[in-house]
Amino acid sequence: MSATQNDFAAVDERPEGWNRPAPISPDGEGELLEVAMGPHHPSTHGVFRMDVALDGERVIRLRPVFGYLHRNHEKIAEGVSYLASMPYTDRLDYICPLTNNWAYALAVEKLAGQEVPERAEYLRVILGELTRFQNHASSIGFLIQEMGASGTPLMYAFREREKILDLFEELTGARMMVNYMRFGGCRVDASPAWLDKTRKVVAGLSGFVDEFEKLLASNEILMARTQGVGILKRELAINAGVTGPMLRASGVNYDIRKVDGYGIYSRFKFRVPLGDHGDVYDRFMIRMLEMRESIQILTQALNEIPGGPVMDPKARSRGFRPKVGEAYGRIEAPKGELGFYLISDGGPNPYRYRVRPPSLINLTILEDMCLGSNVADVVLIFGSVDIVLGEVDR
Amino acid sequence: MKTVEEIKSVIEAAVPDVTVEVVPNPSPSGQHSLRLAPECAFDVAKFLRDDAELKLDFLSNVTGVDWPDKEIAEKVKVIHQVTKTVDGTEQTVEEAVEETRKRVEPGYLEAVYHLYSVEKKHGPVVVRMRTVNRTDQVELPSLTPVWRSAEFQEREVFDLFGIVFTGHPDLRRLLMWDAFKDHPMRRDYVDPDDFEYEPTAHDDVLKRAQAHQAVSAGPTALESEAGA
Repeated sequence: MSATQNDFAAVDERPEGWNRPAPISPDGEGELLEVAMGPHHPSTHGVFRMDVALDGERVIRLRPVFGYLHRNHEKIAEGVSYLASMPYTDRLDYICPLTNNWAYALAVEKLAGQEVPERAEYLRVILGELTRFQNHASSIGFLIQEMGASGTPLMYAFREREKILDLFEELTGARMMVNYMRFGGCRVDASPAWLDKTRKVVAGLSGFVDEFEKLLASNEILMARTQGVGILKRELAINAGVTGPMLRASGVNYDIRKVDGYGIYSRFKFRVPLGDHGDVYDRFMIRMLEMRESIQILTQALNEIPGGPVMDPKARSRGFRPKVGEAYGRIEAPKGELGFYLISDGGPNPYRYRVRPPSLINLTILEDMCLGSNVADVVLIFGSVDIVLGEVDR
Repeated sequence: MKTVEEIKSVIEAAVPDVTVEVVPNPSPSGQHSLRLAPECAFDVAKFLRDDAELKLDFLSNVTGVDWPDKEIAEKVKVIHQVTKTVDGTEQTVEEAVEETRKRVEPGYLEAVYHLYSVEKKHGPVVVRMRTVNRTDQVELPSLTPVWRSAEFQEREVFDLFGIVFTGHPDLRRLLMWDAFKDHPMRRDYVDPDDFEYEPTAHDDVLKRAQAHQAVSAGPTALESEAGA
């Protein structure tokens, strides 16, 4: 190893201004208080830090600090075969492993020009929508938990999540680290018993959403804390690359399931809920409504699922070498646009493997949303972005 | 949605002094891309965003690609002047000889941008830029002033690949710590042989690192620091 890498003398080369005195507050009275929220603050959903400068209770500056969970997923994936990265994608956004699998499989299928059998497409939709449902339910649960409603709403959400994770376990063998999808299909077929069980669970979900909505949507404290807080304007949301429920809460009609119609989404009837104000309450409500639309899609898919193989018979798992070229594939993951960009040089490993993480890019405007609000609201605004650090830091 | 060739001609018509080149993509995905000369990239980006027909208002993905120096071996026919004895007299004769010559194609770093339109619901338009080399001329214009979503992504490319985006409002490392020296996503990156390194100045960490590095390398900056 050369001395230039990880130069130990460099520990004293702190970034410029690290020891500067706290700036004076804009009105000239007193100093600003600089607070490091995180990396172990319970509301940061993992190891994430926000360096906040406060004037009294008001946020004057907010700098997110990333990298505590960085393990260079992309570099690791470039050193192994295409298929060997599939289980690792589970660990990106570990709340939604199945949509990560799907996005990666979709990108590789674009790169190699592979077909996916009908039944596998239906299974992907079913699993993807179950994932979206449990993600939105638990993300709402976490948000309300951070607001101070300790436990109850989160436990309601986790009760439903357990049922869905049980389904995942029965089908894939794992509750979270599923490693289920393959290039050109899915790893194992679902049994009729599993489909029946899923139908039963899905039939119970709308009752849960009714109950959850009744419990929360018109709660006075929730409305007082979230309405008009953390407003994100439509133009900024588009320009800053915000995607997913965050974008739609700001009133932008952009859902990749509708726009790209990837997989077989163009066959299903569902609506895209949109917000009016782009505040925290809208984001909460959009997730609630998207859960209802997920139930719609699930019901249709479970009724229509055909028989047949779940893997393309032409698909090869060994000696898989896509031709030279590149492809960008993206899906509407529960958190936003999850994309994979792959460059093949004809070898067994991807030459370039890139994850477009919605969680990271949705944080671009975190400072803009928090400026001028109270420090207690930072926790809520941050919670309403809905991130998972495994995906932010990769 | 226009094809890349059509977009190229629209750009050439609208933006003066522009160099755009179509990069074909042989993969079944069919996502061909446009390579922009860095000097004009900022103006082209603005045009792509604001043009009424293209309206590429959503920059989805920014990433870097490292293309290291490539050694290419070519067979070349070379004419040599050879002195030969022909018919008892010495003569200079021209003779064609096949030689293998090695030539190094200089490497470069590339930034790739994937653009979509939220309003027109089309895309992707893939735009790429190249640096001059991989060592000292690694500047590219930042597109963050055009699309805010490039802010963190260009910081990540700067961090992991070492492309310097001029005009970026806040170009710091994103994922690695500030004192880190190298760019881990480059193809020739060698990872440290002491993974227990931590960027703190505790004595025992420094001592252990010193002992460790004395084996693998000559005198380091660390040792001169410790000796002083």
